[in-house]
Amino acid sequence: MKPRFRIERRLEVPSWMNWSIPAGAVAVALAAGAVLLSFLGVSPLAAYKAMVQGSLGDAWGISETIVKAIPLTLAGLAVGLAFTMVVWNIGAEGQIVMGALAAVAVVRYAFVDNSLVILSLMFLAACIAGGLWAGFAGFLKARWNVNETITTLMMNYIAILLADYFIYGPWRDPSSLGFPMTTPFPDAARLPVLGGTRVHVGIFLAIGLAILFRVLYRWTKWGFELRVIGNNPNAARYAGINDLKNVVLAMFLSGAVAGIAGMTEVAGLQGRLQPGFSGGYGFTAIIVAWLARLNPMATILVSFLLGALLVGGDTLQVVMRLPLASVQVLQGLILFCVLGAEFFRNYRIVFIRGGE
Amino acid sequence: MRKGLGFAFVMAFLLAAATAWAFAPVPAKDLKPGFVYVGPVGDGGWTFMHDKGRKDMEKALPGVSSSIVESVPEGPDAVRVMETFVRNGSKLIFATSFGYMDYVQEVAKKHPDVVFMHCSGYKTAPNVGTYFGRIYQPRYLSGLVAGKMTKSNIIGYVAANPIPEVIRGINAFTLGVRKVNPKAKVKVVWLFSWFDPGKEKEATKALIDSGADVIAMHADSGAAPQAAEEAKVWVVGYNNDMSRYAPTRHLTAPVWNWGMLYRYAAEKVIKGTWKSESIWWGLKENMVGLAPFGKAVPESVRKLVAEERAKIVSGKWDVFTGPIRDQSGNVKVEAGKRMSDGDMLSMNWFVQGVEGTIPK
Repeated sequence: MKPRFRIERRLEVPSWMNWSIPAGAVAVALAAGAVLLSFLGVSPLAAYKAMVQGSLGDAWGISETIVKAIPLTLAGLAVGLAFTMVVWNIGAEGQIVMGALAAVAVVRYAFVDNSLVILSLMFLAACIAGGLWAGFAGFLKARWNVNETITTLMMNYIAILLADYFIYGPWRDPSSLGFPMTTPFPDAARLPVLGGTRVHVGIFLAIGLAILFRVLYRWTKWGFELRVIGNNPNAARYAGINDLKNVVLAMFLSGAVAGIAGMTEVAGLQGRLQPGFSGGYGFTAIIVAWLARLNPMATILVSFLLGALLVGGDTLQVVMRLPLASVQVLQGLILFCVLGAEFFRNYRIVFIRGGE
Repeated sequence: MRKGLGFAFVMAFLLAAATAWAFAPVPAKDLKPGFVYVGPVGDGGWTFMHDKGRKDMEKALPGVSSSIVESVPEGPDAVRVMETFVRNGSKLIFATSFGYMDYVQEVAKKHPDVVFMHCSGYKTAPNVGTYFGRIYQPRYLSGLVAGKMTKSNIIGYVAANPIPEVIRGINAFTLGVRKVNPKAKVKVVWLFSWFDPGKEKEATKALIDSGADVIAMHADSGAAPQAAEEAKVWVVGYNNDMSRYAPTRHLTAPVWNWGMLYRYAAEKVIKGTWKSESIWWGLKENMVGLAPFGKAVPESVRKLVAEERAKIVSGKWDVFTGPIRDQSGNVKVEAGKRMSDGDMLSMNWFVQGVEGTIPK
């Protein structure tokens, strides 16, 4: 018996599919989640309502969702830039940590009691630290073709352990009774927040950089070069595009933007460094970049939705008394369906009618 | 003159504010205690025991219904979780890990009518109290057992993070070991993590490879006892009776009884008599204890532990009573003197007999 269908690659993706496929995927995920919730003895409608209410239901929920979306957007833009030229920067987590470390170092060793000056210095230091951390892996790749997936991944752990060294060691707050945390920032080194929320001015950096990236990809020669290198490095070389320089530069910028995420987290939210401070934004950013299809503006939207998913998860635990594991299954279902549905955007299933 | 008067006025006002800071009684059904957990309830250790305490509290106080959020990182996420509790009606919030300290302060400031109880920290506020137990007391007792059971005179200690709480436990344990066996050494391996079963197991194996025939631990899961059982070495658990992870090798374990504290705090808030305090209870109050002995522990050792325990409960003696020397032999507590709570809470040096370093 022959198969009754075959899988074909789509030559052209109709534009309506860009929206309808992810939306359909979410619907499928919610339906599957409803079955799961029913088995747990929870009304699916009540659960979904609680989730939306907790994350988007009022000003506070939205503000908390934005708080999550800021580092996700920045880190998503960062890895998206590298992915555009098919350089796998898996190291945003480490670059975030390096950015935060640099920001703390500036506050510690070069403090100026002027908000604008100190914040600018912290910003610059974070860019450079994150940029060098990623740029080094880029250089190894460009110069000796060292696999950047592995170097960037391993450098995450080096960065995290380096941070632990400073937090447990020389930068430990002397008044913390030996507990691992750095000295709190003076007020001047804290990013201003909006109203009574925790949304800090990092939001403008995230949006501004997304716009800048959009312009860069769309309307500059360099953006074009990035894409050519990504699509066909041999053609790029043949066309006289210096891929060594571009890989290093793109990795530097990618790391710099991740570094900014680290700086805004530490200066906007925590005001000091504690172990495990990033909480995996650098890894979630990889999902963000893919869901956004490397589109900078979509990165903002995806980060916001993902932030809502994370924030809503707390409410599910508090209100619906669901264990964390089932909340994560629900979150995983949604991501799995949305990412999996990409298949239907790129391929189509053709049913073979009649005949043998 | 006027300045002085103003100052007196301010002081009087502050005093009045401090004494008048009372909380209105809360009906049991409106208390809705919220628990912030650092790990999953299934960790079989730290969070598992907090959750057991929560359930004990619910059983003891009809009408009280609590909720939890698991695996909350010790970072800004904790603020959101606590806010979520408050916004869903919690009048009492327990934050069960040290790293939540600053975030508890941040949320508590915004909600002066909600009571916060922070485990193991040192910052209080009119609506923030702290609680912890003198787990070093049962740790000392378990050290006596370990010291008697070792043949190689090398005892391994799998330790989470180099902070005073853990260091104090290692020191108390070592004092117990050395009291009965002055030749024994306690080797420390740091995990730099509270909950990481894979790492906990690896560290245990490494210690066994280096000659340890008894393992003690300060981590959140049951991975170390499991590894000890596999390698057929003795193990002293932690948090709860870990004999199910090491059925034939478990000697005993310093254990927590959080339920009595959760009940205590919840009752006070319900009655409207809650006041900010820093609770540090021990064997005497039954907030900490020792898990049942394994079969292998001889009667003579059990008797010795019972005697030492009675000494501590009576209040006549405590673990950190001199003479105590540090690793390099300097006297840190003079003979007959007792270490102050403050010094215990900020301990960052090892006693003689510990092999290992504290990252500085």
